[in-house]
Amino acid sequence: MGGKLRSLRRSPDNRVLGGVCGAISRETGIDAMWVRIGFVLLAIASGIMVFVYAMAWLLIPMEGDSGNIYSRAISDRRGIRTIAAILLPLLIAVQFITSSLHVPFIGFLGWPTFLAVGVIVLIWRNAGDSEKAFIDEDVMPLLGTDRHGKGRRWLIARVVLGVLVGAAGIAVLVEGHTTVAALGPLGGAVLVIAAAVVIFGPWWLSLVRDLIAERQARALAEERAQMAAHVHDSVLQTLALIQRSSDDPQQVVQLARAQERELRAWLFEGRPPGAIGEDATMLAEGVGLLQRQVEADHGIAVQVVMVGDCPLDDSLRAVLDAAREATVNAAKWSGADQVSVYAEVETDTVMVYVRDRGRGFDPDDVPDDRQGITQSIEARVARFGGSAVVRSAPGEGAEVQLSMPRRERVR
Amino acid sequence: MTDGAQAPVHRPASGGRPRIFLVEDHAVFRAGVRAELGDAVEMVGEADEAAAAVELISERLPDVVLLDVHLPGGGGLAVLRGVLPHHPEVQFLALSVSDAPEDVIDVIRAGARGYITKTISGPELLQAVYRVAAGDAVFSPRLAGFVLDAFAQGGAPAPGLDPELDQLSPREREVLRLIARGYTYKEVGRDLGISAKTVESHVSSVLRKLQLSTRHELTRWATDRRLV
Repeated sequence: MGGKLRSLRRSPDNRVLGGVCGAISRETGIDAMWVRIGFVLLAIASGIMVFVYAMAWLLIPMEGDSGNIYSRAISDRRGIRTIAAILLPLLIAVQFITSSLHVPFIGFLGWPTFLAVGVIVLIWRNAGDSEKAFIDEDVMPLLGTDRHGKGRRWLIARVVLGVLVGAAGIAVLVEGHTTVAALGPLGGAVLVIAAAVVIFGPWWLSLVRDLIAERQARALAEERAQMAAHVHDSVLQTLALIQRSSDDPQQVVQLARAQERELRAWLFEGRPPGAIGEDATMLAEGVGLLQRQVEADHGIAVQVVMVGDCPLDDSLRAVLDAAREATVNAAKWSGADQVSVYAEVETDTVMVYVRDRGRGFDPDDVPDDRQGITQSIEARVARFGGSAVVRSAPGEGAEVQLSMPRRERVR
Repeated sequence: MTDGAQAPVHRPASGGRPRIFLVEDHAVFRAGVRAELGDAVEMVGEADEAAAAVELISERLPDVVLLDVHLPGGGGLAVLRGVLPHHPEVQFLALSVSDAPEDVIDVIRAGARGYITKTISGPELLQAVYRVAAGDAVFSPRLAGFVLDAFAQGGAPAPGLDPELDQLSPREREVLRLIARGYTYKEVGRDLGISAKTVESHVSSVLRKLQLSTRHELTRWATDRRLV
């Protein structure tokens, strides 16, 4: 337990005031929001909790700081003396007034609250730089010590008005306590709340506004970091590769093309670079995958045109495999620098054409090794009831036409 | 489109060098285009943003404007809308980094006679310029595929569609399909047993439908980007 207490650290990110609840939540695993609600309820029930909070703020070191604020505050003799000189008479006066008015519950809240205020002033005087900045920006406007000085008159007016309304409310509350006016306590409570709104409203509003702005800024920064990471992983790496292989134009073109496809897939199709799924579920995806793989493996440009789209089934996967075979053949044998793949989804058939403008061949007179490939293309689609036609002539390039009847028709 | 390297480049029937105006914000790319077109054309001017382009084109009236789609000051669209209403005789050929339909379809609908990607080779570029100068359309396989997609026959024609403008004839469909497969106009003609000139007229008619049709697949691109 002691070790656990010693390992408590206040977090600069997860805090409303001093970050004490955030620290407790991190150590216990309870959501910080619940810890905060608990603290507030206990503080209302008993003023001691305010004091406990202030002491925890004083004693638990901020994350990243070497020591706690207490170790610095203890040497702040002047601060302690001044606080004691101001707070002790005030405390005595309040105790005296409340006991003479027969409202001991206010007095009961009184002494821990005063102690807490003293501790918080000590904290403010001795906090680290980052915490000081936080207090200055978010907490000091509450006390009216706005560094810019503007709005001070408005603040004074607010405080005077608030104190008047609040005093009236307390008076009515106290009256309602002794005499028995049915609506008295209610009216008093309303006045006290009104006082709180008048005094704290603008501060609270500005706090909420700052919080929203801060959250937006953080989201933006995260997005930027993510984008930077993506660009680094893809574009910058490729640029580095291109510089290194600048004496190999073929390689440069290949790299640039692959990068362009990837960047495009990321920017316009929402696919993260480097995370292209191996199994496509739609025909267009499958054709895009074929394009990227053949381009990457064989250094040939694959121009894809898609008309329509449909989900992939086994027969269409066979067509894709055959089309890949045909594209790789073109890359290996045709000598052309580009292959066109055209896929069209019609009502009852899917057609895929793979065409190159390379040296071409006579389909009736192909070497044995290519015969086998042609067979494999044809056999693949034939198994599912499709057909493959190879059209070519020497010097005229080649075109493989694949067609497959659709099992699942569009309704 | 892809036969530029092998096939001889055909000069426009009128003879003479077409007068070219280049609108492009990338200085390096401008220099590249100038070098590639060389003496085959007459460069009459350049601009790197929309407003200056509209002014200079209206003043010099070139035969063909090479127009970058992504241009500061309103993009290629602003140039088309600034020039075409007053000078319909000026032909526009759009340049785009990509051939993705979403990048080019609204320039085509705003009146460009075709588009080419910036990775095009010199001879292909020249071929495209000549074709547009002659009043023909320049379709890439990708654009042909997009048109087939957009004009897909989904059962009965939707009510309110003009069959003249909103549907492709079977012949046009065949022509587009072959272009999408990577055939040149000449090859398309040979495959279908028609002349290259007839292929060109089919393509021009498709371009007209592409520009005038109100099919939602076409207007979608523009409305998605709040351009209309």
